[in-house]
Amino acid sequence: MNDTIKSTGLTDRIWNFFASVKLSVILLLTLALTSIIGTLIPQNDQPVQYLQKYGEFWHRIFDTLHFYDMYGSWWFQLLLAMLIVNIVVCSIDRLGATWKIIFPKKPVYRAERFRKSDWRQSMIAGQSPEKLKKTLTGYMERHFRHSRVESTENGYLIYGETGRWTRLGAYVVHVSILLLIIGVLISSLFGYEGRMNLPVGDTDNTMILRHSDARVQLGFSLRCDDFSVQHYPSGRPKEYRSEIVIIENGEEVSKRSLIVNHPIRYKGFNIFQSTYGRIPGNTFTLVFTDNASGLQIPKKASIGEEISLPGGKGKITVEDYSNNFNFRGHNLGPTYLSMLIPESGNPRPVIIPVEHPNFDRMRQGEFTINIENVDYRYFTGLQISRDPGIPIVYTSFVIMIIGFFVTFYMAHRQICIEAVRNHEEETTIIVSGISPNRRPGVNMAVKRVAGKIERTIQQQKNT
Amino acid sequence: MMDSTLLISYVTFIFGLSALSYAIGGIFKSKTAEMIATAAMIIATAGNLSAFILRWMETYWEGYGHFPLASLYESLIFFSLTIGIIYLFVEFRYKIRIIGFFAALSAFLALAYASLPSVGSQIQPLMPALKSNWLIIHVMTYFFGYAALTLAFSVSLLFLLKSSGENPESGFRGRIPELKTLDELTYQLVMFGFLFITLGIITGAVWAEQAWGRYWGWDPKETWSLITWFIYATLLHARLMRGWEGKRLAWISILGFAAVLFTYFGVNLLPGLHSYI
Ligand code: HEM
Repeated sequence: MNDTIKSTGLTDRIWNFFASVKLSVILLLTLALTSIIGTLIPQNDQPVQYLQKYGEFWHRIFDTLHFYDMYGSWWFQLLLAMLIVNIVVCSIDRLGATWKIIFPKKPVYRAERFRKSDWRQSMIAGQSPEKLKKTLTGYMERHFRHSRVESTENGYLIYGETGRWTRLGAYVVHVSILLLIIGVLISSLFGYEGRMNLPVGDTDNTMILRHSDARVQLGFSLRCDDFSVQHYPSGRPKEYRSEIVIIENGEEVSKRSLIVNHPIRYKGFNIFQSTYGRIPGNTFTLVFTDNASGLQIPKKASIGEEISLPGGKGKITVEDYSNNFNFRGHNLGPTYLSMLIPESGNPRPVIIPVEHPNFDRMRQGEFTINIENVDYRYFTGLQISRDPGIPIVYTSFVIMIIGFFVTFYMAHRQICIEAVRNHEEETTIIVSGISPNRRPGVNMAVKRVAGKIERTIQQQKNT
Repeated sequence: MMDSTLLISYVTFIFGLSALSYAIGGIFKSKTAEMIATAAMIIATAGNLSAFILRWMETYWEGYGHFPLASLYESLIFFSLTIGIIYLFVEFRYKIRIIGFFAALSAFLALAYASLPSVGSQIQPLMPALKSNWLIIHVMTYFFGYAALTLAFSVSLLFLLKSSGENPESGFRGRIPELKTLDELTYQLVMFGFLFITLGIITGAVWAEQAWGRYWGWDPKETWSLITWFIYATLLHARLMRGWEGKRLAWISILGFAAVLFTYFGVNLLPGLHSYI
């Protein structure tokens, strides 16, 4: 025991550790089992929610083990990294041997292996082995890439072999997995994603990144000409559609309808229909209700425009709008913010929530002010992403499927036909097969070959 | 008037009948029962296919017009169909009837589940995110994979039954094919299933990229499909290790099937984007 450890250096030992299929079995199972955690614990929530859900004690433990961002945690990434090293080392380690199998200097066939094979079919032919020889070798030469005849004591053996190169299929699969991982890495390092809320009629050329809220220039502009939502009679949404125009250097380059599942791809950016919403237009009606008489006086107004209060009691300017205005912990919904300059005294802000027309009563001024007839506009919520990893990932998909197809459906097989003389005019023919890398389907192949040979011999007899 | 739901209830019954006949044929060595079983299997599968096509036409009559793979109900109908197709292929190619019982039973159970009121057989119009050809390919490839893995699971059960205890050639166990045949059949079904769930994951990724702008997002359903994939990859590699044959592989196949079931039905209990299949 000691001897072997001494004689193999550290690098050798590391190499052998990673060259084993046992390790890959362990890694694959460990990845499968640990992946479950992230499906049971919601990922990337707020710490408060976790604390509420699991309590102080478990929260601590889960947090320490990175269960809240499991798939990004160092230990999960380490498992993946080990799998990659495992695939690389294992493939290199075996490539030499596989190469020799695929391109042998002189193929070796051992009769013993075929005689011991589980898959055998035998038949009796009423001819001598010599007479049959031409038929049998002819068949094997036609159907197998390599074939060879060997004499035995009372007959002969004919070997046939196909599909040596399919041994490379597993390597193709492993290469595709490496490529996939490279693609995913590129996606996560160089890809980014953001959004753009584009009101109908507007043009914009910047997106806001999802995690950092930073702004990124696209290098071209988008204009939304129209947005519509269609519903089924039951009220379910049927289609979201934005009419998008791409503008570059002041010119309209392209005009497209953007719907879910049909993104626009332009200059490396992918543009998706994601959400929609309403924003108020610039015009609305300010309604002043005289608190003493109840008399209502409407006045058309727009943002930034100075409006005089009825009876010359001062001036008001609506300055801004908020979609979800928060007032002392209450969400007032769509709300205008304005500045009131009374006849005498200091200017004061007035909050005008569209959905709560009586809100301004609280101020106890001479007039209660609210807003009606808001001219809303739709905006389309675009999700915009850039992901240079996609072509690599998709290429790896194609290669992987090709690799699977080769390994699973094109096997390396050897067939042996043994002809044994029973007496002058009778021969026992035994068809047997092996798969040197233990692929299934040998049984069927043996049956097929045996059936074909039986039929061929029968036909020759008849003619 | 014949509608697809009614047709499916007949088909459910015929699958049940087929399962029963396969069981009788297997236990009492009755050739007649075996013939009836196979015939019922063919009729049920053909009926299932007709019901699927009829359902497709019904979506047009309702005015929506979509490929009927848009709800749990529709996916279950497709699942039983794929089980029928793959099983019949195996029976005719390998001349093995012994997993017929499991195939017919799984198809029967899938359809019986589909008929529960909680599953709901109404035709629903498609949400915008589900309108995609990639989605259709995604679901179809997945279910062919699931069906093959379901059959692999039943072969593994037979393997364990045959290899446990003394005298594997006596009584009912004597009628189970040889271990090497079962082993090979499992392997072949797993390869087919693995290829197809891989295709399912890949087409799902392409669809997700088109619909949501990302090809992978660790959504629970995605993650569970990856877990399933890892388990079957383990099986394929465990076969390459010395000493890992027969029983142990059968156990991995059973574990893999548990993951398939959870990916299909269990994940709905977890939060995520895949609302139904
Ligand atoms: C997710 C990761 C992996 C996948 C999907 C995968 C896939 C495959 C497939 C489909 C085969 C053919 C199986 C068969 O012949 O039945 C195969 C063979 C093989 N794999 Fe992997 N593999 C993965 C990881 C690994 C790793 C980490 C190792 C490292 C030891 C490895 C080592 C091998 C070996 C040695 C073979 C046999 C090659 C031959 O027949 O010459 N695989 N792999």
